[in-house]
Amino acid sequence: MAAINISLNGEAREVPDKINIDQLLDLFSLPKQRVAIEINSSVVRRANWATTIVHNADKIEVVHFVGGG
Amino acid sequence: MSDAFSLAGTTFTSRLIIGTGKYRSYDEMKAAHTASGAEMVTVAVNRVPLDGKTESFLDHLDQKMKILPNTAGCYDADHAVRTARLAREALDTEWIKLEVIGDQVTLLPDNEQTLEAAKVLVKEGFIVLPYFTDDLIMAKKLLDAGCPAVMPLAAPIGSGMGVQNPSNLRIMREQLPDATIIVDAGVGVPSDAAIAMELGADAILMNTAIAESRDPAQMATAMNLAVEAGRLAYLAGRMPKRLYASASSPIEHAIGAEARTK
Repeated sequence: MAAINISLNGEAREVPDKINIDQLLDLFSLPKQRVAIEINSSVVRRANWATTIVHNADKIEVVHFVGGG
Repeated sequence: MSDAFSLAGTTFTSRLIIGTGKYRSYDEMKAAHTASGAEMVTVAVNRVPLDGKTESFLDHLDQKMKILPNTAGCYDADHAVRTARLAREALDTEWIKLEVIGDQVTLLPDNEQTLEAAKVLVKEGFIVLPYFTDDLIMAKKLLDAGCPAVMPLAAPIGSGMGVQNPSNLRIMREQLPDATIIVDAGVGVPSDAAIAMELGADAILMNTAIAESRDPAQMATAMNLAVEAGRLAYLAGRMPKRLYASASSPIEHAIGAEARTK
């Protein structure tokens, strides 16, 4: 299977081609509850995770919440 | 007595809003939150670590607490807007504490970028609570942009210096009698919180003063009392300040009054 290169939370990662967001989260064992995803600075709604395909050179951010003031 | 604090359609009993950062343990944080009486806590948006550890910070918060995500760590309007959108998506909340920092040493706000971000976010339906420098004109601009409250600093974030410019707060209160003013950042001890409330702040947001104290739960209790004391004092109306004394007991007919020298 062909691989593509992405930036995931600022780190370079190689992932399978045509992977969707849902699969990406599974691949890296990332949480799915109370997180949000951005591809190239735009939010991907949760309802669209399964149908949103990751492309080569995409910059992906997966965020959650931490303590803060 | 009904002196509830209403903000963007939500009514709070407590006028203390507290942070969730810097606590030495989750247990200490929870104890402090309970002791504070606060009904809303701030949280920060951060990258999920890629190490597969999936513990959720939010699980450690009292589920009754309203969660106010912030845009801490953002240095321009664009990043703050993106962070707010992510927070809304993740938590399904329109509420955002808007924080755009100007530099890393002072953590003072970049008011210009804050206003720019506020305008974008208000248009997108966010309830924007902006942290900014304690400046009346900036407050007016943020309110005009549609922010339901303004959050002037008392002193730099985490400095514990207390209200550095009481005149600015007083002027803001007097010139914006209908605005909701939440003092955010810089409170160190309960007397600081009381002073801010006496000057007419509607509420106070703090984090470090509680989290970095030796006993956060005890400090949270003290802060709760101070906020309430300051609020009551503001409502009661303080006596005027005088340069000279004004006797509380009648001196006119005290014995030996005739021998009193002027």
